[in-house]
Amino acid sequence: MTGAQHETDVVIIGAGPVGLFAVFELGLLGLKAHLIDILDRPGGQCAELYPEKPIYDIPAVPMCTGQELTDRLMEQIKAFEPTFHFQEMAERLEKLPDDRWKLTTDQGVAITARVVVIAAGGGSFVPKKPHLEGLEQFEAGSVFYAVRKIDAFRGKRIVIAGGGDSALDWALNLHPVAERITVVHHRDGFRAAPASVEAMRMLVDKGAMDFKIAQLDSLHGADGALSSVRVKSKTDGLIDIPADTLLPFFGLTMKLGPIADFGLNLHENLIPVDTEKFESSVSSIFAIGDINTYPGKLKLILSGFHEGALMAQAAFAYCRPGERLRFQYTTSSSDLQKKLGVR
Amino acid sequence: MKVIVTGIDGTVKEIEGKAGWTLMEIIRDAGMPIKAECGGACACATCHVYIDDEWLDATGARSEEEEDMIDLALEVEDNSRLACQIEMSESLDGIRVKLARDAVL
Ligand SMILES: Cc1cc2nc3c(=O)[nH]c(=O)nc-3n(C[C@H](O)[C@H](O)[C@H](O)COP(=O)(O)OP(=O)(O)OC[C@H]3O[C@@H](n4cnc5c(N)ncnc54)[C@H](O)[C@@H]3O)c2cc1C
Ligand code: FES
Repeated sequence: MTGAQHETDVVIIGAGPVGLFAVFELGLLGLKAHLIDILDRPGGQCAELYPEKPIYDIPAVPMCTGQELTDRLMEQIKAFEPTFHFQEMAERLEKLPDDRWKLTTDQGVAITARVVVIAAGGGSFVPKKPHLEGLEQFEAGSVFYAVRKIDAFRGKRIVIAGGGDSALDWALNLHPVAERITVVHHRDGFRAAPASVEAMRMLVDKGAMDFKIAQLDSLHGADGALSSVRVKSKTDGLIDIPADTLLPFFGLTMKLGPIADFGLNLHENLIPVDTEKFESSVSSIFAIGDINTYPGKLKLILSGFHEGALMAQAAFAYCRPGERLRFQYTTSSSDLQKKLGVR
Repeated sequence: MKVIVTGIDGTVKEIEGKAGWTLMEIIRDAGMPIKAECGGACACATCHVYIDDEWLDATGARSEEEEDMIDLALEVEDNSRLACQIEMSESLDGIRVKLARDAVL
């Protein structure tokens, strides 16, 4: 949706558990939200790092997995119809003359909102990059951390590094279009699903794909165009693999990213906030969840939920100036129940 | 109980260990840079360290879960381990480890 323009009350950076629950608290107050996340799905750390692992300290939920928590939050906020912008990085923030904020993503999508909520957790999830000299010069045209269009790899000699599902899935999916695929992995075993491993080994046995037990050593080429990838094998030493493309798949890591340039006070990559409104050093920009810091802060989901509830009260004052806010319970308020779509 | 940690710039630091804590927790608690993004759940590989050869026997073998997770580490060597999967005990008093680059950068 390059170039798309949106207007809303609140734009939330990060669709982790805390960003998701903020939609609920804002929604109860009649505020609409858009969420941006670089991941391709909601849930933040819960979905990316521990979808299958149990969580025991969500009040009134004795046990749920990271994915279950995410699914339940998605169900809980459904009635508020939040708009999600996945696989987009919140990149630039500008103040407009009417005091609203314009947030632009790396895909050129612009969202105008009165309030910005940063629920960026440990930072944006970005691919781990191998420590190879001159890597940057090849990133424009030869080294990629994701495959967006299979056709872009037609006829290429591709080195795929890594042993997880991404590495093997792409080795198999690109095999029909690529000139040659070499999988490079440090051991003769894979964390990837056994079925993909078996399919890969069959292609290797047939001579249709190469597999090297080795580590990436260095990149060679000129003017940003790769010509070969040198790998280091314990048994055979250095080997040069002719290649146009390198696809390293070593999972994701969290980096603060562009939020560092939003002009907010930061303390060790965290955003200091007050504990009444969870507002940053810049008015109408709030920070909730793992990304904020204040005396006594605990990086727990439960704390992030509380922070979202208080933030929403303060966000309301910015979005609906002059309007009085009534304190109501979801149990008894017909107004809230209407918003929740249960009445 | 001591742990001797070499940083990615080669500086060596002796820090206080604690039985029952993991090596990752001990390094993090000492204020040394270690990302340990998943907090010790064997789900991120950003607590990657190299164990000094002399201490390899004492630390034992990687579990299958750890072996799989190390697939997401960079610059893996035979002595690569995830520091959150090693529990400190008397038998590891004085252990020497080196932080891997992907645990810090
Ligand atoms: C293995 C493990 C187990 C845990 N167990 C528990 C537990 O039992 N109980 C508990 O309370 N907590 C637990 N936690 C901690 C809990 O997961 C975090 O506190 C929680 O995920 C924080 O939520 P969040 O929404 O603030 O941030 P996150 O979950 O980190 O989500 C932030 C999202 O923001 C996105 N983002 C950041 N910057 C940008 C940007 N510029 N553009 C686009 N997107 C961006 C990121 O991609 C990410 O998806 C655990 C954590 C781990 C890793
Ligand atoms: S801290 Fe994540 S694997 Fe050790």
